Amino acid sequence: MKQYVSVTATFDTDGNILPLKINWNDGRSFDIDRITDVRYAASLKAGGAGIRYTCRIRQSEKYLFLEDNRWFINNEKEH
Amino acid sequence: MRTILHSDCNGFFASVECLYNPQLRDKPVAVCGDKDKRHGIILAKNEIAKKFNVKTGEPIWQAQQKCPELVTASAHYDRYIRFSKMCREIYSDYTEFIEPFGLDEAWLDVTGSTLTHGSGEKIAEEIRYRVKKELGITVSIGVSFNKIFSKLGSDYKKPDAVTVITKENYKDMVWKLKASDLLYVGKATEKKLRQLGVFTIGDLANYPLELLRKNFGKWADILYSFSNGLDFSPVMKSDETSAVKSIGNSTTAIRDLENFEDVKIIFMVLCDSVCRRMREQGFRTKTVCISIRNTELYTITRQKKLGFSTNLNSDVLSTCLELFRENYFFEKNIRSLGVSVSDFEPDTLPHQASIFISEEDIIRQEQLCSTLDVIKNRFGSFAINPAKLMFDKNLSGFSPKEEHTVHPVGYF
Repeated sequence: MKQYVSVTATFDTDGNILPLKINWNDGRSFDIDRITDVRYAASLKAGGAGIRYTCRIRQSEKYLFLEDNRWFINNEKEH
Repeated sequence: MRTILHSDCNGFFASVECLYNPQLRDKPVAVCGDKDKRHGIILAKNEIAKKFNVKTGEPIWQAQQKCPELVTASAHYDRYIRFSKMCREIYSDYTEFIEPFGLDEAWLDVTGSTLTHGSGEKIAEEIRYRVKKELGITVSIGVSFNKIFSKLGSDYKKPDAVTVITKENYKDMVWKLKASDLLYVGKATEKKLRQLGVFTIGDLANYPLELLRKNFGKWADILYSFSNGLDFSPVMKSDETSAVKSIGNSTTAIRDLENFEDVKIIFMVLCDSVCRRMREQGFRTKTVCISIRNTELYTITRQKKLGFSTNLNSDVLSTCLELFRENYFFEKNIRSLGVSVSDFEPDTLPHQASIFISEEDIIRQEQLCSTLDVIKNRFGSFAINPAKLMFDKNLSGFSPKEEHTVHPVGYF
């Protein structure tokens, strides 16, 4: 399901946005260890489309989407 | 030889809604106007609803008779505009010659890109794949050597498909299609063609041009060249879109209009929107046109040349009301009204002063209008309005300038 999350991110001088940390609604936060891929993609599971960051968080791979100026996450892998 | 692509997003509005609502995806879905505002017609449908023969433009109840399980979704224009923009961004990776045809269709001239990106078919396949992966919607693309055939190609196989029409195969593919599939062959033309024994595009292509001219006048040459693949019109760059020829707004009122006062309120709102858009473009109009549709869905349009040029709300409004009074006598109540202005000249053109009208007055009114424009642009269309509109806020509570975002376009 589509779940919007709060994200801590950096904006570099070229205007690129890189997410650093996902802040969960219940107060927990997760550091993003590595971003392995960035591309435009649609999320059929969550329902939406935008920039997709493939993130490694504690040994598992998650998709984090930036849609306009909101972030959402879908846990299941797709495509 | 040129390589032209025509890309058509399949059931665009419905596809976007299905993307955002995964639970709808395997159901028949139709995107509809607002029922409570009496705009309750089908705007778009998905493939499943298409199988039930649900048609764009029919009222919701009629569609539900054909397909009782039909799920209706309301329209989100901001989303469609965003997706349309994202689509064009993908196209722009392959060519700068992109001519949008509405929100969901576009022609691309990729002649110059075939050296770097491969054949037209390869580019089309790439675009099809990328739109599906990156936007989550599907497109069908026609590849051909002119705009007309590429459009036929994108209709040929749907959804999520690429059709190539070449000089070698067009007689087999295009000529078998119904004449009405051709751009600009509508119901009336189709009927006329049928009377001449022309049923397919092939019949049309092989019909003697002289006889065609006798029946269709100057349209004969257009139909002949369209059907023979002799359309040479260029794909226009999006920033070269042809000059605006007319500006109009229309609305289906929230309730039937019963008297002249109701009509006046609607005309005031429409004229305000039309005149604001006209002033934004820097035009003055010389011709005003109104359309009236009654509760039986019978429509009349009437227009009038002003004899002078203006961009003032009051002039356009009074012309509308005059036209209305002359042409409508309330045999039936009215369902929808429209106003459009055309025959433009730039507002920088000097105009002939008249000794019968106070020019000072006109200047004062122009200043008033431009001040109101600034206020409305900043605080919204409802920020400042004539007191008359306060009498019936339900009736006047729409803002065509801000809500009306999808402009139908013509080929010429």
